[in-house]
Amino acid sequence: MEKRVLFRSAWLPWVLIAPQLLIIGLFFFWPAGQAVIQSFQMEDAFGMSTEWVGLDNFRQLVDNPSYLDSFQRTAMFSVLVAGIGIVVSLVLAIFADRIVRFAMVYKTLLIVPYAVAPVIAGVLWVFLFSPSIGVATYYLGALGYNWNHMMNDGQAMALIVIASVWKQISYNFLFFLAGLQSIPKALIEAASIDGAGPWRRFWNIQLPLLSPTTFFLLVINIVYAFFDTFGIIDAATQGGPGQSTSILVYKVYQDGFKALDLGGSAAQSVILMCIVVALTVVQFRYVEKKVQY
Amino acid sequence: MQFKHLALTAALAATVCVSAQAQTEIQWWHSMTAVNNEWVNDLAKQFNESQKEFKVVPTFKGAYDESMTAAIAAFRSGNAPHILQVFEVGTATMMASKGATVPVGKVMKDAGADFNPGSYIPAVAAYYTAPNGEMLSFPFNSSTTIFYYNKDAFKKAGLNADKAPATWPEVFEAAKKLKASGHSCPMTLAWNGWTQLESFSAWHNVEFATEKNGLSANGYKARIKINSPLHVRHIDNLAKAAKAGEYLYKGRGSAAQASFTAGECAMIQTSSGFYGDVAKNAKFAYGLAPMPYYPDVKGAPQNTVIGGASLWVMAGKKPAEYKGVAKFFEFLSQTKVQAASHQRTGYLPITMGAYELTDKSGFYAKYPGTDVAVNQMVRKVTDNSRGIRLGNYVQIRTIEDEELEQVWSGKKSAKDALDAIVSRGNELLARFERSYKQ
Repeated sequence: MEKRVLFRSAWLPWVLIAPQLLIIGLFFFWPAGQAVIQSFQMEDAFGMSTEWVGLDNFRQLVDNPSYLDSFQRTAMFSVLVAGIGIVVSLVLAIFADRIVRFAMVYKTLLIVPYAVAPVIAGVLWVFLFSPSIGVATYYLGALGYNWNHMMNDGQAMALIVIASVWKQISYNFLFFLAGLQSIPKALIEAASIDGAGPWRRFWNIQLPLLSPTTFFLLVINIVYAFFDTFGIIDAATQGGPGQSTSILVYKVYQDGFKALDLGGSAAQSVILMCIVVALTVVQFRYVEKKVQY
Repeated sequence: MQFKHLALTAALAATVCVSAQAQTEIQWWHSMTAVNNEWVNDLAKQFNESQKEFKVVPTFKGAYDESMTAAIAAFRSGNAPHILQVFEVGTATMMASKGATVPVGKVMKDAGADFNPGSYIPAVAAYYTAPNGEMLSFPFNSSTTIFYYNKDAFKKAGLNADKAPATWPEVFEAAKKLKASGHSCPMTLAWNGWTQLESFSAWHNVEFATEKNGLSANGYKARIKINSPLHVRHIDNLAKAAKAGEYLYKGRGSAAQASFTAGECAMIQTSSGFYGDVAKNAKFAYGLAPMPYYPDVKGAPQNTVIGGASLWVMAGKKPAEYKGVAKFFEFLSQTKVQAASHQRTGYLPITMGAYELTDKSGFYAKYPGTDVAVNQMVRKVTDNSRGIRLGNYVQIRTIEDEELEQVWSGKKSAKDALDAIVSRGNELLARFERSYKQ
């Protein structure tokens, strides 16, 4: 059966996709192209003098051991954020799916964090875990655990992972919940009649049927961890202590928007862009094979 | 949020336009929040009421780094404000961007305004003045590093609460006693780079960077030199105190301040602008004192470097508008306006006249310690104490934080960390030199 729509006119399809192309061109390709050009330049903040420096900005980054360390940190951070985020929100979605009473209340509460701006999310967690005035710090101290993410690398990383995951859970939750609700009830009921327990039903029916959703969320979450978390980090740890929470995008943000080093920041964002493109290609080529649509 | 802000600004601008057609409008972008925001609005209001020809419109544009980024974006698209408040860390960038700004000295001279750079406190004036003697930006809100201590905690530890420790050995001694008396946080420090490296260098009259700390005519060629034996000795002493639990690191920027007002930490070194917060929130007797020093260092104590911000005039505006800017600055430099601002905000009185007027009014006697910051600044400045004006300094400050944090947590020695600041910082300075090649 022919599924494709056939256009007799030569120009109509172009006209129809023109708005989309225009938007992509204007808001994606144009700035991306500018970033590529800027990465080969050195420029003062006001753009009064611009010098073509070829690959110097990149060379400087490659020669910088602290920048190279940041790759490992970023990898760990994004795996943690995507992994924990997906698992936790899947669990929450399963519970919310089973709830009969007050379902709306639970769902609303779970969706609220998505409306919170990243910086606010960061500040919120900082208030909870501030070494001097944090409520959570106080109770941890009472339990005999000394929390000071200003001094402790691991705690700092844990804090930004928690804050980033918390922020993203709502988004994942919505997709999982929608996914779960679109699984035909008949399948589940049939399995129940055959004597499959809840765990078995989840593992053999729900999870496989959710795999397209999970895959989509995996891509989205990795991109989120790579690009959208700088606000949280800036509010919570500012990349410290030392450089232990300075992931790639945070350095781009800091050097570009705070320090106004446009060339250096552009070079970093070009590298970041390449990594995410490569990651996405890998995901679609290898991970997608395990997905059943 | 950005859009909401924009819409609000636009709406405001629209109403202003309708009501004041005949007046020439002067846009003033600033970063003052809360009580300081009210102060800025009041200044504009007073000026607008004092004459009919011009109207100053102050707009809050986010924190210092945000307003600067916003102004740069606006400048690039031809919509820069007339006046922009820039923090001291951005000074080198503003200075080097010739053509983007108009020197304040020139604005005042062209308008025939009454303006005497000599009336400003030397350390303030020198910081914003080009090597050729022309004042580049208008000194506005300057602060400096001072020392605060909790008198109640001092008493409890058997220390003399009426006399703050004047030297570093005394500070460390006091910290030990505070610790022994059961105080969990004897000392903390805010703005580590600013207070422990920059102000510390000026206070001890030692070089922070070559080319007169970046203030010479070849300032863009400057390189950092803070791995001297004195710097290493000081950071090492602090590291030892950190290890002994006598100095507690509480985070970057002003994060540590809350632990002082809460009574958790008994001593802190931070901005004089913190005074308002302490005066309002501290539930204990406190004292303000000059920064500690090492008594065996020749030339110590000198004076401290300034923080805070100044007002820059952006290029590409109409002559009539510059006249308005000059008029506004003339208004701001009046001694009574300056003195009132100083007493209201805790920022430095930036002219000698404002200091004397405040002194005569009995303000310092009434609020003891409020003159500490001034006394630290009103001295003859040396090449090492005039201020620090380096390119890419926002990034260098971050490097200072990163490396010092490794010292406080015991992962790096003081020497290694300072060496790393020097080498990493100098790479950025080399980049700056290159991007601003004349």
